[in-house]
Amino acid sequence: MEKTPDTEPRQSWTFSNDTNSEIRRAAATGIYDIRGGGAKRRVPHFDDLLFLGASMSRYPLEGYREKCDTSVTLGTRFAKKPIELKIPITIAGMSFGSLSGPAKEALGRGASMAGTSTTTGDGGMTEEERGHSEKLIYQYLPSRYGMNPDDLRRADAIEVVVGQGAKPGGGGMLLGQKITERVAGMRCLPEGIDQRSACRHPDWTGPDDLEIKILELREITNWEKPIYIKVGGARPYYDTALAVKAGADVIVLDGMQGGTAATQDVFIEHVGQPTLACIRPAVQALQDLGMHREVQLVVSGGIRTGADVAKALALGADAVSIGTAALVALGDNDPKWEAEYQKLGTTTGAYDDWHEGRDPAGITTQDPELMKRLDPEAAGRRLRNYLNVLTLECQTLARACGHNHVHNLEPEDLCALTMEAAAMAQVPLAGTNWYPGKTGF
Amino acid sequence: MSISLDMAQTELREVNTTLQAAAKAQANEDYVIENPRGSHAVACGLDGPVSVTVKGSTGYYCAGMNKDAEVTVEGSAGPGVAENMMSGVVTIEGDASQYAGATGHGGLLNIKGNASSRCGISMKGIDIVVHGNIGHMSAFMAQKGNLVVLGDAGDALGDSLYEACLFVRGDVKSLGADCIEKELRPEHIEVLADLLAKAGADAKPEEFKRYGSARTLYNFNIDNADAY
Repeated sequence: MEKTPDTEPRQSWTFSNDTNSEIRRAAATGIYDIRGGGAKRRVPHFDDLLFLGASMSRYPLEGYREKCDTSVTLGTRFAKKPIELKIPITIAGMSFGSLSGPAKEALGRGASMAGTSTTTGDGGMTEEERGHSEKLIYQYLPSRYGMNPDDLRRADAIEVVVGQGAKPGGGGMLLGQKITERVAGMRCLPEGIDQRSACRHPDWTGPDDLEIKILELREITNWEKPIYIKVGGARPYYDTALAVKAGADVIVLDGMQGGTAATQDVFIEHVGQPTLACIRPAVQALQDLGMHREVQLVVSGGIRTGADVAKALALGADAVSIGTAALVALGDNDPKWEAEYQKLGTTTGAYDDWHEGRDPAGITTQDPELMKRLDPEAAGRRLRNYLNVLTLECQTLARACGHNHVHNLEPEDLCALTMEAAAMAQVPLAGTNWYPGKTGF
Repeated sequence: MSISLDMAQTELREVNTTLQAAAKAQANEDYVIENPRGSHAVACGLDGPVSVTVKGSTGYYCAGMNKDAEVTVEGSAGPGVAENMMSGVVTIEGDASQYAGATGHGGLLNIKGNASSRCGISMKGIDIVVHGNIGHMSAFMAQKGNLVVLGDAGDALGDSLYEACLFVRGDVKSLGADCIEKELRPEHIEVLADLLAKAGADAKPEEFKRYGSARTLYNFNIDNADAY
């Protein structure tokens, strides 16, 4: 008798192997999944935009001969001492505690060699970082771990963190295994306990209060330091407008691809908006208030290449900030540690249990032996090289569009490959002069 | 002989610049601020031994991040008085609004009247003495230091408390998550007696109850999910 043909086993799209594995993990442990990094899901991004380049109506600049400036000044609104940077790419806030001391030193070294700033994080300012950072931004966070007026005064700018893209509306958790004597001492807490970072500031609520808080910070620091306000990509138009109202010199806008040291996976993947969707509303808010370029906009969350930098600037940002990419440049998720990633149940590129402190690359750890694996001088040089490449790539694209400064890039230099990207970036779908929401067409 | 700064005629920036310079010079001078009119950020960021008396009530963040200075408010203080204070003494003759002494690392905050909600939130080593009552959610996530209350405490005292010690003489409306009453031992009585003496408070240490962390939330445990 002839065998009946088999049907191929069909996997459910809804209950995929990945989904089922998470159900089994949750059932076994009773704990939600915590991890580091930003959103891993596919969202509309800078890859969905293209530069048009020069043509009959645009005059390109010679790639290797004609100047294309990359300098940027941040904090020109109120601060006596704005931040002058050679390149429009800064290093985002990442805490000592989540990162090792050598990793913070490497970030400072790399950023300084490239002519840009780096940023502290939740956990205070370390000597490694201050000593090796020509320009250091001091984050003012809800937890106020390590906060003191001396460090406030020796910072080059102050960044009031309202939220971050990986978890708008959420706090953080540094698990006990990373709370060494030094980390605990800086945070005024016992060793080995889980340290929660609050989701909102302890002594102000809302933009009216924040305006007064900023007044206090300026009074303490003699009105010298630029005050940044960092917001997660939640309601970019109103958050930007309210940050301007509160007195920000600079707004840092972090989309959902922006990383975190540790939070719930459900938070990272399901709260906030993609970076691409955040930029135009923020720029619109600044333009509506007559503050575009007066209050500088720094965009972060998923910046990887010079093309990403150029596209963010073309949409109206003054600078970008990188965190995850900077860690990769230092050596995070490097294939040379694959055997050790396998032992941890993961693989190169997917390692995200930064909160557990067992990072084979010696970056997201406080383990003295693992930390030795990162040479801060060599890692700093890699970061410098990477920042230089981003800058050269950004200049290449700006010249191709005929601009002698990267800030002259504009939305008219772009088209979109998808309807979603066209709608978010408000640039025409390729081959058309239309984008969703455009009226008068 | 004290030096007078009249805020009816002098801008905040000039007042603070003068006080900060005096503190930095370690001149041990006495200043009197007239007509504060509820101004914000008065006498903030002082970084040395200077004495400041404010003749009236202040707005937000009076004496913020104080180091070594002595600031006395002869009136009431708005939100966040002595926030993130590092050392020195800040005295409020009247009442204090929300977040008094928030995230303070050291020194003594002495409130002669009542303190509103979230007094001592996230305190990191400061000593706070409140002669009257305190509002709800006081000492929320308090990490280190001592909060002494001669009157009553509102709801959810010491919620998610770390290692700060709370002493209350009156009633506590309710305790927050992971905050429990603990034994008042001789070493606590000694600390309490010292703080009461420094604050000029008319109370006996033995009249207080001590509250602290049960430490059940120090490391995540799903069996405590109801408390998170």
